[in-house]
Amino acid sequence: MNTLKSSFQNILYYPSAVIGSLVVFLLVFTAVYAMIKIPYSEAINLWRGGEDVWYKNPKFAAPAWINLFSREKYSESFAVSTSDGTMEKVVDPGAENTATYTMNYAFDFGYDFYPQEMILYITSAFDEKQPFISLEWLTPDGRTIRIANFAIGQDFTYRFSQDEKLKTRLKTENVIPALFSLPNEVIPAKGEYQLLVTGTTFEANSDINVELVLHGQVYGLAGTDHARRDLVVPLLWGAPVALAFGLIASLGTAMLTMIISALGAWYGSWIDELIQRITEINLVLPFLSILIMIGTFYSRSIWTILGATIALSIFTGAIKGYRSIFVQLKESMYIEAARAYGASNFRIVFTYLIPRMIPLLIPGLVLSVPSFVFLEAGLAVLGLGDPVLPTWGKMIDDASRNGALYRGYYYWILEPTILLMFTGLGFAMLGFALDRIFNPRLRDV
Amino acid sequence: MSVVTQTPAENAVAKTARRDGTLMRVSRYVVVRLLTLFVTVVIGIYLTIMIANMGGYVDQIMKSEIRDRVTQSIIAMTSNQPMDSDTRQKLIQERIVAEEKRVGLDVPIAIRNFRYLSNALTLQLGRALNMTSDAGSKQVRLIILERLPATLLLMGISQLFLFFSSILLALTLSRRYGNFWDKAVVALSPTSAVPPWFYGIFMILIFAALLKVLPFGGMVDSPPPSNPFDYSLSLAKHLILPGLSLVLSSFFLSVYNYRTFFLIYSSEDYVEMAKAKGLPTRDVERHYILRPTLPNIITNFALLIITLWTGATITETVFLWPGLGRTLYQAVGLYDIPIIVGSTIIFAYLLALTVFLLDFIYVLVDPRVKIGSH
Repeated sequence: MNTLKSSFQNILYYPSAVIGSLVVFLLVFTAVYAMIKIPYSEAINLWRGGEDVWYKNPKFAAPAWINLFSREKYSESFAVSTSDGTMEKVVDPGAENTATYTMNYAFDFGYDFYPQEMILYITSAFDEKQPFISLEWLTPDGRTIRIANFAIGQDFTYRFSQDEKLKTRLKTENVIPALFSLPNEVIPAKGEYQLLVTGTTFEANSDINVELVLHGQVYGLAGTDHARRDLVVPLLWGAPVALAFGLIASLGTAMLTMIISALGAWYGSWIDELIQRITEINLVLPFLSILIMIGTFYSRSIWTILGATIALSIFTGAIKGYRSIFVQLKESMYIEAARAYGASNFRIVFTYLIPRMIPLLIPGLVLSVPSFVFLEAGLAVLGLGDPVLPTWGKMIDDASRNGALYRGYYYWILEPTILLMFTGLGFAMLGFALDRIFNPRLRDV
Repeated sequence: MSVVTQTPAENAVAKTARRDGTLMRVSRYVVVRLLTLFVTVVIGIYLTIMIANMGGYVDQIMKSEIRDRVTQSIIAMTSNQPMDSDTRQKLIQERIVAEEKRVGLDVPIAIRNFRYLSNALTLQLGRALNMTSDAGSKQVRLIILERLPATLLLMGISQLFLFFSSILLALTLSRRYGNFWDKAVVALSPTSAVPPWFYGIFMILIFAALLKVLPFGGMVDSPPPSNPFDYSLSLAKHLILPGLSLVLSSFFLSVYNYRTFFLIYSSEDYVEMAKAKGLPTRDVERHYILRPTLPNIITNFALLIITLWTGATITETVFLWPGLGRTLYQAVGLYDIPIIVGSTIIFAYLLALTVFLLDFIYVLVDPRVKIGSH
């Protein structure tokens, strides 16, 4: 154990190992943070949620920080509502139970690209007489554009770009650019815009609330995808999923391989022979196509795939390598001593043979993590990712299915790939350094 | 003179006896080895067929698909003929039975699996259920043969380039290890933890999407140029990105491994001795370093050939390369069992063949190994 400890202390002498451990530490930290910040059930709900969860977000929006690097600024998204006080609402009671609601929101628009869409969600309470609403749009140059007047139901959604009457009045097919620019110009006019919503109710105990949602060109820290989902969710949750898959698969494979080869080497005869034959059969089976078959025919759950991966990875070339070392160890003096004092087979295998292999096992274990992490991502890219979990691979799959590379949504594909790359490189760097520490033969060369 | 010497005749007898012994030993070994490998292949293929059939789940899908298709076609066919629903129903049932018989669904799974197995072993790969080759054939053999050249081209060029360039570079690096390039390769070796399709995404992003100099994927321009020179030019253009990603993803690790390997061997005493004798560096490298590492290099080469046959499923899918790997993926998507099983069988056979040949090549290059002796 002490040698193991001093070996680990050696890590500090290898810069690549320090960087690698740092990356691994950051990943673990992200994973823990993700699980605390967005609990599992909530993450699933968010990831599986449709329009009702994500209606506030624009589609295909790049992350907001690209404005820092771009000379031309993309419009940011926002959502304000009278029910939570972010939008002003003044109630003015009139005669015969009527009331006038004045709701207005003024905002600065200083961007070089038009927003995608503007939507007003109106909710009202009434018994019989429908409330009435009129909308006005005040531009920075002092124009006042009448948008629409209409009676509303309990829930009403008004999409500015879909209003045919407004299109005719503005003499254009594209309402949003027309609202955001000076007459006869095709670039956005910067300055303060104001939306004035005036509502009238005709009953006592009536109420009107509105929520204004502006879908800009950019959103949040990571942007959004085709289903308006905030990509922070899969980016954060990808870390625990990738780590769990990679670590469980590599640990499971390494431990089982070691135990099975130790048992084979110790008991010899038919057990050993059987293990060898299974290994040969397994060598003939195409690993990836069997995983693809299991994913397609049986279950795409990440746990099924994990189980199949471990089962197929046990009987590989590694088991032969371990076996040859165990066969040598079996003849050593301390084993003979253990036998002489009457140690049971079980005791010899688990307390004398296997612990000797652990230093050799650790580098291989760390080095195999990236391959499993990428395997999970690769299956997702083939469309066989877990249907429920938000993962990095699923993000790449979604992105490539929606043509992110062809249509220029580079952020969508770059975010998960860079994270995966860091994960892979982090473990690989740590693994290579550990390999040199634990296998001194490599240390000089 | 009573000195016991062997007459030439006796000598010759002893030699033949020894040769016979060797022949016996070798042939016994060959037979035993071939038999074990055959059994291995049989079990491997049977397992594949079993997984592909997954407890009859696939049959259910196929049956309902046949029912749908037949019903649709009969309704379409008889829509303007006067026919009462009973006759039509009967006709549909008859057609379904005939169709199920055609794809072999009328016999129990266990028997069908064995039928699949015996067909598979004799390389009668049968007919595909849904997929067709570009020429229009449903023969699995023809589909596989049609896709094979694409895979061989991509994998062959990239793997051979990778193999020879990394050995050459490793040899150069091992000559003066510790210099800048050597350290660079050691530092870059972890990049091989990233699979080729991943580099593929970056390559597409940089060269196809941003710089717009190379195509996003596919094998030739559409429509394919009719003139052979233009055709090969277009092929070469499409080959660059997938080939580069395949090479890049294993290049540094491969160089690092060979280099470490050569270094370990070049610190052996006999190499020092050869150097002390004043042999030229070329000879030392050829006869004292490369020679003993040959078995390992050959193993790597054999593994390379295996990857060459199987192709790279995900890389081919990312680049829309019409090779075997992508065909396998498409077949899985279409539940086309004969194609899945067919490509698995070919893979299993090739692997077994490679393992078998390796045993003999080892003997040829490494005199320390003796066939069939313990």
